[in-house]
Amino acid sequence: MDPKALFDALKTRFAGAVPELQAEGFRPAFVVVSPDALLDVARFLRDDPGLRFDSLMCLSGVDYKERFAVAYHLYSMTHRHAIGLKVFLPRENPSVASVDSVWPAANFMERETFDLFGIDFPGSKDMRRILLPEDWEGHPLRKDYKYPEFYHGIKI
Amino acid sequence: MSNDPAHGAARPIHAPASFGPEAHVLVGNADQFVNWARKSSLWYLLFATACCGIELMQTGASRYDLDRFGAVFRASPRQSDLLIVAGTITHKMADRVKRLYEQMPEPKFVLSMGSCANTGGPFYKDSYCVVKGVDLLIPVDVYVPGCPPRPEALIDGFLKLQKIIEQKRNFAAKA
Repeated sequence: MDPKALFDALKTRFAGAVPELQAEGFRPAFVVVSPDALLDVARFLRDDPGLRFDSLMCLSGVDYKERFAVAYHLYSMTHRHAIGLKVFLPRENPSVASVDSVWPAANFMERETFDLFGIDFPGSKDMRRILLPEDWEGHPLRKDYKYPEFYHGIKI
Repeated sequence: MSNDPAHGAARPIHAPASFGPEAHVLVGNADQFVNWARKSSLWYLLFATACCGIELMQTGASRYDLDRFGAVFRASPRQSDLLIVAGTITHKMADRVKRLYEQMPEPKFVLSMGSCANTGGPFYKDSYCVVKGVDLLIPVDVYVPGCPPRPEALIDGFLKLQKIIEQKRNFAAKA
């Protein structure tokens, strides 16, 4: 499905919750979704028979310094088309609803995003750090991350 | 030598006559004997955290055949004499490495394999998660450079460790 047509379909259904289509220079094209509507948009994209985005290929965090983003790469095994979703989040307490009820594969990727960016995913089945030790302080992929001097008495 | 009938009169005291002509007696240094036994049966722990582990497997496999030095891998630290740290040690792994080392029975030896285990290697600068050398955690006997070291290099390090073990004094009086 053409990204523009898909964006129009989302626009008629969700109106203001999908403010923008980023098509130029993006592969796949990204639909910007407001954080509150993400779960509904995700369910619609998965369940609509004409869209059927049944695979969440990638979920990752981005630090744009003034704000965060979470990017979702979706693919449809049925229709062989792809689209991206992007959710912009504020610098303070970034948080967006978990989509692991829609795509169970989201869990590990959400945990990684939480671990390295400190973005919270309320509603997740299991939200813990995944790569770093449980008692690690800070989220290392943030641009303003300061390296600790020591961890458990070992120089870093 | 003492059982040669031609030298019967000069029988040394450490080969009593009651042993008879079949007795086989070796006389030597107890340290040397113990060290020989230890260096010839260095069982190493199956422990690999990165690409060095691939070279370690290759060293243990048929082409390089570490078995011929008496080294076989053990799946448990309780049965191991040697910890070959093959690969990057992260801070999350550090506690586990220390635990494994502490679980090994004495006498135990550590061989640090490859740049990551030696110094942190390519992660030395600007890495928050990699321990900059396993010697920050546990004492290391031999360092093998390389990224990763070839099996020949690992075997060389292994032979160096055997040389170190040969020099050990096990029965010296405590100072």
